[in-house]
Parts: sequence; C-alpha cells; structure tokens
Amino acid sequence: MRAGHLCRLAFAVAALPGLIGLTHAAAKADPAADQHAFQVYARSQFPAVPLADFGNGPYAVNAPMRKQWEEIMQFPPYDFALDEGKAAFEKPFANGRSYGDCFPNKGIGIRQTFPYFDTATGEVVTLDLAINRCREANGEKPLPYQTGLIASIDAYMAETSRGKPFDIKIPDDPRALAAYQDGKRFFYTRRGQLNFSCASCHVQAAGQRLRGDILAPAFGILAAFPIYRSDWGSMGTIDRRFTSCNSQVRSVPFKPQDKAYRDLEYFLSYMSNGVPITGPGARP
Amino acid sequence: MPSTIRVRAVAAGDSTDVQALIQHPMDSGFVKDSDGKLIPPHYIEVLTFEHDGKVVFTALWGPAVAKDPYVKFAFKGGKSGDDLKVSWTDNLGKSDTSVAKIMG
Amino acid sequence: MRPATILAAAFGVVLCGTLANAATQAEAAAALAAAQSAEAEAGHLRNQWLPTEAELKTAQAAMTAGDFDAALAAAQRAEALARQSVEQSHEQDKLWSDAVIK
Repeated sequence: MRAGHLCRLAFAVAALPGLIGLTHAAAKADPAADQHAFQVYARSQFPAVPLADFGNGPYAVNAPMRKQWEEIMQFPPYDFALDEGKAAFEKPFANGRSYGDCFPNKGIGIRQTFPYFDTATGEVVTLDLAINRCREANGEKPLPYQTGLIASIDAYMAETSRGKPFDIKIPDDPRALAAYQDGKRFFYTRRGQLNFSCASCHVQAAGQRLRGDILAPAFGILAAFPIYRSDWGSMGTIDRRFTSCNSQVRSVPFKPQDKAYRDLEYFLSYMSNGVPITGPGARP
Repeated sequence: MPSTIRVRAVAAGDSTDVQALIQHPMDSGFVKDSDGKLIPPHYIEVLTFEHDGKVVFTALWGPAVAKDPYVKFAFKGGKSGDDLKVSWTDNLGKSDTSVAKIMG
Repeated sequence: MRPATILAAAFGVVLCGTLANAATQAEAAAALAAAQSAEAEAGHLRNQWLPTEAELKTAQAAMTAGDFDAALAAAQRAEALARQSVEQSHEQDKLWSDAVIK
C-alpha cells in the first residue's frame, strides 16, 4: 500500500533526529525563552517583514497574494458578519443583562488578552468559551462553535482590538505551565496518516506553497481570527481551522474547544505576544 | 431591513471607478443541505447601475456567480456629488436598491 | 473416471467451498474485532486516523451485507492503519521535542 510505504519512510526520516537527540534531558518549561526563540526564528526566516505584518499571514510573505488581498480588503468579505456581530453583542439577553457585563471593559478592546489561564477553574479560557459561558450564566443557550453567530461576535470583539498587540499571560501556576506545555507538545507532534505536525507546515514550510495556497508562518497566525475564508464562503473561528487542519492531515479531529485545542491556542497566542490583532481577517 | 448593497464610487478624471459588494446567498440550486435535500436556486438575475437617468452598467447574473458577489467597473462621466443608483432583482422576485454619492 | 467419482469429486469441491465461506465469516468478525481494538488503543492515545475510521466503516458495511471476503480485507487494512497510528504516537512521544525551536 503506497500510503503505508510513505508512512514507513516518514518514520525512518523522523527517527534520525531522535537517535541524535536521545541524550536530551527533559528541560524545565521556560515559556519566555521559547517565545524569544520562536520570534527570532520567524524574524530571521522573513527578515523583510515588519513585526506588525506577521498577523497578515500569507500576505506578509507573498507579494502577488498581498496585491489580491488589498483589492479584496476594499470591501472586506467579513463586513456582513461584523455588522451581525456588533448587533448581537449590543442586544441585551432576555434577563436584561448583556455580553459587556461578563467581560472587563464591557468586552471592548480585550480580545488580545485571550486565551487566559483561569486559576479558579484550572483551565485555559478562550474567547469562544467565555462567550458561551456568558450566555449560559444569563439563561441563554450556548452557540454552536466554529462558524455562524459565535464567529460574528468574535469578529466584532476582534475589530474593537484591531492594532492591539497580543498580551497573553502565563501565571506562576504549575497548571498553567502544564497547559502551555500541552499546547507546545501538540504543535510539534506529528499526527494523521500524512504524518505532519503544525510545525511541519507553519514553521519548516512557512512561505512555501501547499497546492495553491501559501503557508502562513505560525508566528502571528492567530492574530487575524476569526477569518472569512473564501474556501469556506463563510466565517470560521480558530476551532474551525484546528479541526479542518487536523482532518487535512488525515487525523481524526477533536470536538471544538477540546482541552487539546484550547491549550494549543494558548501556546500559539503566547508565542505571538507583541503581534497586533489583525482580525477579523480574510483568507483565500 | 439593512441594505444588502455596499457601494463606493470615486470620480477620477473623466470617468468614475465603482466597486460594490452585495449580500446575497446566490444559491445555484445544485447544492444539497446537511439533510441531503437540494437548496432551491436563489440568485440575482439583474443588477443595474444608473447615473444621471442612464443605465451605465448592467449585469445579467445566474447560478454560476458566488455568494456575496463583488463587482468592480468604471464608466465614462460622473462627478463628485452625483447620485449613483444601484438595483438588483433575483429569480424569486426579491429586490433591493440603494443610492450612493460619487466621491472624489 | 467413473461418473460416480466425478460426482463425488464435484460434491467434495462444493462442500469445501461452503466450508471455506463459513470460516471466512468467523475470520472476518475476528479481524474486525482486532481492528476495533487497535483503533480503541489509538483512541486512548488521542491519535486516530481518518482512513482507519473509513476502513472500519467499509468492513462493518461488508459484514452486514454478508460479504465476508471484503469485510476481512477491509478489517485487516483498518488494523494495519490503526497500528501505524499507535506506533506514530509512541514515536512522537520521543521525537516531538527535537522539533522545538530553541
């Protein structure tokens, strides 16, 4: 079976660095050092790209794509979702309270602080999770994840944070460090029949083509979410992209907001500290 | 009901550049929903732009045009402050119209 | 050969053929169980593959339809894929940290 042969070859190739790395001792987690190394790597991979542009993914690293994007952005395709999100955000719940009551600063200009580690519950809280917890706390049904109204509300909240740099904190709490480590491990772990990790495409192959697309570097990649993806013809959240990316490497995806995905978002967002929010965004 | 038409028209020399984004499902009639049932065709058939009583651009669309269509063109004439009227009708008889001012 | 011998030989072939089909049903069921067990192990490791799930579906549909040859073949492919995904998970336990940007 050809796929099987390819997989065996992939294992053999992947095993080579393993043989060399066997003498590694497990180092204590140092997120700040990881982040510094991550950013230095991305900046040296793309020396002509200013820091603020890393939130524009493929358009930061490919000139013809950027030209098309600039044309599209004269009339952003997420405009309709943005309007829907603003209207929904401002409309009170049946009990008279509204989304603003669940968030600091009434929910305006705070997207760049998500996800955060909730020391009370010992878990990573993403914006989508917070939105649905707000709804449930006020007697409303939670929204389905990945697309639709939750993406529209994400879009509005992201828009109010446009230009604000990612500011993710890892509190001095072993559970937060563990969540960060889980996210980091997920990012670098190969999965699926195609045996790719997130890093395979978004670190090693960043800026290169994957069929007709240009791969965005992982540094800053979440800054543009939620995105209107032409491929989808609709809005999508970070969850939507995680599940579809996993499927694309032929790995059975987890449910939206699975702990693995929240921890991954935590790791990726922390790595991107300093990159300004460019969401909502448009992608091919 | 909020307008489905967003338009930006800019006068440049002796012509006017126009861009418009129209919110419409543009269902072809060939796509099935998650239950396996065909989503009925629902698409814009005619889109017109009028300036100074004359039609300056007509689009005759059909099921091949994608959702939330975007159109861009230029026409001779038009100056800053003039009205540009945009109208569409679809295969179900629905319609919308909007008037925008030419800028520049 | 005498007609009776030919008849006996033909009967023997038919009987063997029937017995071979019956063996395949048990074999197919056993192969499917083995594949499901391997996929469950991959599930514990949170590393299942989409093609494994697809082959399991194919095997189950073939079992229901009584096509035990097809069910056996699909179940064996599913088990092979599931085992590869388990192996991948164990390998990656050791290898992922080598990919980290330092």
